[in-house]
Amino acid sequence: MAAVETRHLSKSFGAFRAVDDLTIAVEEGEVFGLLGSNGAGKSTVIRMICGLLAPSGGTALVEGVDVARDPEEVKRRIGYMTQRFSLYEDLTVRQNLRFFGGVYGLRGVILDQRQAWAVSQAGLEGKEDLMTRSLPGGWKQRLALACAVLHRPKVLFLDEPTGGVDPISRRSFWNLIDKMAEEGVTIIVTTHYLDEAEHCRRIALMHAGRLISMGTVSQLKQVFAGRAVIEVSCPRLFEALDLFERDEDVLEASLFGSRLHLVVPDAGTGQRRALELLQRSGNVPARVEPIVPSLEDVFIHTIETEEASRTRGEQKPTEKAGSRVQRGVP
Amino acid sequence: MRKVLAVALKEMRQASRDPLTLALLLGIPAAMLLLYGYALNFDVRHVALAVQDRDGSAGSRELIASFTNSTYFDRAADLPAGSDLDGVLERRLARAVLVIPENYARDLDEGRRARVQLLLDGADANTATTVLGTSSAVVADANTAILRKALPDQQLRTSRVIDYEPRAWYNPELKSTQFLVPGLIGFILMLTSVLSTALSVVREKERGTMEQLRVTSLRPAELILGKTLPYLGIALVAMGIILLVARALFAVQVRGPLLDLFATTLLYLFGALGFGLLISSFADSQAIAFQVGSVFATLPAIFLSGFIFPIRSMPRLLQWLTYAFPTRYFLVILRGIILKGASLAPYRRDLLFLTIYAGVIFGLAWFRLTRKAD
Repeated sequence: MAAVETRHLSKSFGAFRAVDDLTIAVEEGEVFGLLGSNGAGKSTVIRMICGLLAPSGGTALVEGVDVARDPEEVKRRIGYMTQRFSLYEDLTVRQNLRFFGGVYGLRGVILDQRQAWAVSQAGLEGKEDLMTRSLPGGWKQRLALACAVLHRPKVLFLDEPTGGVDPISRRSFWNLIDKMAEEGVTIIVTTHYLDEAEHCRRIALMHAGRLISMGTVSQLKQVFAGRAVIEVSCPRLFEALDLFERDEDVLEASLFGSRLHLVVPDAGTGQRRALELLQRSGNVPARVEPIVPSLEDVFIHTIETEEASRTRGEQKPTEKAGSRVQRGVP
Repeated sequence: MRKVLAVALKEMRQASRDPLTLALLLGIPAAMLLLYGYALNFDVRHVALAVQDRDGSAGSRELIASFTNSTYFDRAADLPAGSDLDGVLERRLARAVLVIPENYARDLDEGRRARVQLLLDGADANTATTVLGTSSAVVADANTAILRKALPDQQLRTSRVIDYEPRAWYNPELKSTQFLVPGLIGFILMLTSVLSTALSVVREKERGTMEQLRVTSLRPAELILGKTLPYLGIALVAMGIILLVARALFAVQVRGPLLDLFATTLLYLFGALGFGLLISSFADSQAIAFQVGSVFATLPAIFLSGFIFPIRSMPRLLQWLTYAFPTRYFLVILRGIILKGASLAPYRRDLLFLTIYAGVIFGLAWFRLTRKAD
């Protein structure tokens, strides 16, 4: 039995389809990532599975329990933490923990134990009497996590848990998550930090409410099988982007910060072709190198392919849809 | 129940962490009582009275004395004959001028009708009406006294056909503070309990903690009770403070059974807290909750309750409207218990309406807050 399962899950807000026919199955103890740009529908999916939103169609199951049928039972089994770290800022660390413990029905020795465990996990020893408001972002985040797992949930939902947190805190946060997964907790996380997605055993890519790709990181990278990604740096980036977008031998060109990534049929010929084009237009000094595609390349490529296949029916077939995707997918 | 306590404890902690709000909840009632108690004083006493005594006789002095002895009037000025009477009122040297013409005493002695004139500053109509009433009473008293003196004893006996002796019970001096204190209690409890619950729930919505609570196994009912009970306690403490202040400053004592007072207040508070919860189920921001609470809870508690404006003198439509707000019933009972020393027994009907209101409003709030996700 899957720890979390959705079957044809859909949600519409008026005419807007936020989630469109999503079917996924997450196994027990798996770290499962939901990836997508803002508005892709990731949070909506999580909110439906947690019973915060009623689906317009389809079902969501947690450990076999239908959320629509028995939301209370589902709530007992899950933990939930959002990017906003919904803590009471005007209570101390200890008071927040005791409150959430009380709300989960913990008491006495068990509450004391769980609280001590949570404090040590979150590295908040000695900070119990600090006002939550005064904590730095990374600590608030760990406290929020501690509050969300006080009752030992079997499934933990993290909705962009590292938003607004510094990189070091993010790393220690992910160490915590990995440790919990080892203990058998199923974790479903949404993020748009693609480096974080590498922590996930499997990833579902969402775009405009739809599942466009799902699998392990290496499985996803196979979209580039038979093709290569090369990285270009040159003085006039946008001019080069225009140039490559018009070139027949370049399948895709997209902006990656201060560089361009090109998808080409073959690394060697692609590299020579790109250099030649740049030199011909005097856009030098240029550097062109084949690279191992990152998850970000996968993400952009997959979305572009999806967009292209969708617009093909409506627009001119020759147009390369949305190739000016910015790095980092917001 | 344990979860309810967890929520209640958290509410209390948050409230105590915010001494300003707590002070407002507890202090505002007493402060308002002071303010309204003194400012909303409808009693008219020590009205500045200018006197133009053109007669200068023993009889005219007697009439003036009956004005000043009543304590309603203070003799502010004596005006010589022919002085500018309009100017006195215009320059606000006095609020009323008593003019006693020449031959006042002689007319009386000779059995003719004596005329006196009272000029009144009518700019403040409320005060003027009251002054008019008291001056008429003073003159009527003086009339009786003169008649008694003038008529032989046996004739007097026959002329006393009706002995009119009005007496206001429960508040013999007709002091308006006595009357206002129950109204203030109704208003203040409505204000604090509606706003405190509405704001405390909406604040959780605004900060996103409500969503966090909704994914826990905390049931909505537990949340509602946990949110309501602390504010119920605070409102009861506020009520106690009001009663103490009213007793210390305005000598208003609770004459009836305290238990009945407490029970009625509890019922009233349930309706008010329920209304706060109901608002919180619609409002998404504290600003909106505050406005809705002010308009639909506190204004009716002032204007449609009989607190300041007697319900009987309202237009028919407004009279009907007062039935929709609980303060009306609460005030009737409260005045009965506090001023008349009554128990709840004579107020079954008002009590019934209070119960219905509390039940309906709390039920609606309950329904709105416990319904499933949408």
